[in-house]
Amino acid sequence: MPLFENGQITENGWQLAQEGVALPEGDVLVPLSRLAEGLGRNGAGRLGVVLEPADRVESLREALPRLALVCVTFGSFRDGRAFSQARALREHLGYAGTVRAAGHILPDQYEFLLRCGVSQVEIPQGSDPAVWQAAHTRFTIAYQPSVLDEKPEGMGLRRWLRS
Amino acid sequence: MPKFLQSKLPVGRYAYDEVDRAFLAQRVEQFRDQVARRLSGALSEDEFKPLRLMNGLYLQLHAYMLRVAIPYGTLSAEQMRALAHVARRYDRGYGHFTTRQNIQFNWIKLEDTPAILDVLADAQMHAIQTSGNCIRNVTSDQFAGAAQDEVLDPRVHAEILRQWSTLHPEFTFLPRKFKIAISGSAQDRVAARFHDIGLIARMGGKGRPVFEVIVGGGLGRTPIVGVSLRDDLPEEDLIAYLEAVLRVYNEFGRRDNMYKARIKILVQALGREAFLEKVNAEFAAMDRSRYRLPPEVVEAIRARFGAPAFETLPDGAEALAAQCRADRAFAAWVGTNTHPHKQPGYCSLTVSCKPAGGIPGDATAEQMDLLADLADQYSFGELRITHMQNVVLGHVRQDRLFEVWQMLRANGLGTANVGLLTDIIACPGLDYCSLANARSIPIAQKLSARFADTTLQQEIGQLRLNISGCINACGHHHAGNIGILGVDKRGEEAFQITLGGSSGDNASVGQILGSAMSEDETVDAIARIIDVYLVRRTPGERFIETYRRLGAAPFKDAAYATV
Repeated sequence: MPLFENGQITENGWQLAQEGVALPEGDVLVPLSRLAEGLGRNGAGRLGVVLEPADRVESLREALPRLALVCVTFGSFRDGRAFSQARALREHLGYAGTVRAAGHILPDQYEFLLRCGVSQVEIPQGSDPAVWQAAHTRFTIAYQPSVLDEKPEGMGLRRWLRS
Repeated sequence: MPKFLQSKLPVGRYAYDEVDRAFLAQRVEQFRDQVARRLSGALSEDEFKPLRLMNGLYLQLHAYMLRVAIPYGTLSAEQMRALAHVARRYDRGYGHFTTRQNIQFNWIKLEDTPAILDVLADAQMHAIQTSGNCIRNVTSDQFAGAAQDEVLDPRVHAEILRQWSTLHPEFTFLPRKFKIAISGSAQDRVAARFHDIGLIARMGGKGRPVFEVIVGGGLGRTPIVGVSLRDDLPEEDLIAYLEAVLRVYNEFGRRDNMYKARIKILVQALGREAFLEKVNAEFAAMDRSRYRLPPEVVEAIRARFGAPAFETLPDGAEALAAQCRADRAFAAWVGTNTHPHKQPGYCSLTVSCKPAGGIPGDATAEQMDLLADLADQYSFGELRITHMQNVVLGHVRQDRLFEVWQMLRANGLGTANVGLLTDIIACPGLDYCSLANARSIPIAQKLSARFADTTLQQEIGQLRLNISGCINACGHHHAGNIGILGVDKRGEEAFQITLGGSSGDNASVGQILGSAMSEDETVDAIARIIDVYLVRRTPGERFIETYRRLGAAPFKDAAYATV
């Protein structure tokens, strides 16, 4: 599925680890349960981890410097735990790599995802990329600080979403 | 801002600036686009639902219902007129004030909603976060900025919380809805202990407030009195600490069962100590400086609130007493519907939206316009909606009360029953709501008619009677001294009585008296319960006190006595 990042559609070069199959060469995403296996992998290619909503972000603390990507997932767009996971990755663990969001997400949530530290989203099947494009530039102001440390607007806790 | 504009700041509420207006315009455009995508079929109803709920739009039994936010219950006369306009143009000429100090319109067409939101935006109003699993409208004291017993006006901090929670990126898809109330008085008029978070402010050192933080209270299916996490939260950590509580809730709150998803269930499951430990750990780990609320930010928000320009008046109590002696009906109204003001010569008055036999909380467009006019003329253009579903004029001169009362009375708004039996809280019930098991309105009307006599009600004294049409408890029946819960009994509407609930600083949850009865039987049973109270009370004892002293038994015997 296509990725959406910085207002652009990009190709997804990452492979997802298949259950019961040895990890492939190249950039690979593993579930938390196969993190050790991924870290012990020989050969080229970057490593990423897929977090389920119930996974603890804290469990990545040790491995994080060696991870190029962490993917948070939405079983349903109503389940907002991934927002907290993304924010905790940035704020508590100081993670600077790519945070991807995947699963059942809506373009209407895009601004929230970005402000929780998500850098790219996997656009769900059937979701119109144009709507995501529009969501990227729709808003100019927010009413609270976020991990993006946007510029204060000057009144209250308001922040400029784009400088 | 030029000086001449400052005097135009609305009294008691935050005045939007250009940035706030632009924000709201962008949000209305977003919703217009979402409605268009729904109408074209690009969005399924399942996908549209959380988006419309984010904008306060519910699909009820017969039509869409739009719930409009009235932050901390305060609105200006122009805003009230905008609501009257919406009622007239897009609804059936009336609106319904809710227990979250909001207003809802029950007969809305989906395709009209973007236009309605435009009207509201012009009046600096919106419907954002009046539903959905997010932080809801922050409620406050209906006598804020006026009450004699107030330490500080909580509405400035309520506004700060409103702004902070508005489309909060992390807390818009919580396990369940989240309600915050804030009081600036030790006298709890906001039901702080029945909220997800209740805040009670008092003055700390250096002229800055500190807050008691109560968490995990609530009504609904599982009524629970909240627990106090700490009573010394400094103002500058208010946002950071609330972030910490919400983070813990968002991560650990249950999502497998919507009836177990409120924060109260998490607090009960973990226990106060374990919950507090998690909050403290988060609070310690977070980048506190990022979420700091410095005094200059608070003062900048405060500077956008208008303040009433009180006149220096002598205390008007004596003249008022003379007027009361001359007119017993006026005296009764003054006795129940006024509240002491900190400014000499002024008082706050509560306009009852509960006329005898009427629908609790309903107001017609004409009444809204009248209230707006009265606010302009007598109360610095400011109005408040109470969580008891009434309307308050906060700052009225005592020597004008008589003429205000006459105008109210001429328009069906002069009922002298605030705090008495017929000041009933009721949810919309099965007349509107798709969740309800029974109709709340007809039984409220019957009780209201049965006890309409002012002398009788005054004899009974302070009594809170709350009615919910189902166990979701939107009518707060558990918090009523007498509660009525609508249930489905083999396909028939029936009602359970609860006794002993209270929402103030001595909060308690009402207990079920016995099996459910029909509407008429319930009304009769309540009349017999009242009779027991009148016979058994000691001088000066309120209903709730008699109940606590005697226990349920004598009331139960009377309720189920078949004569």
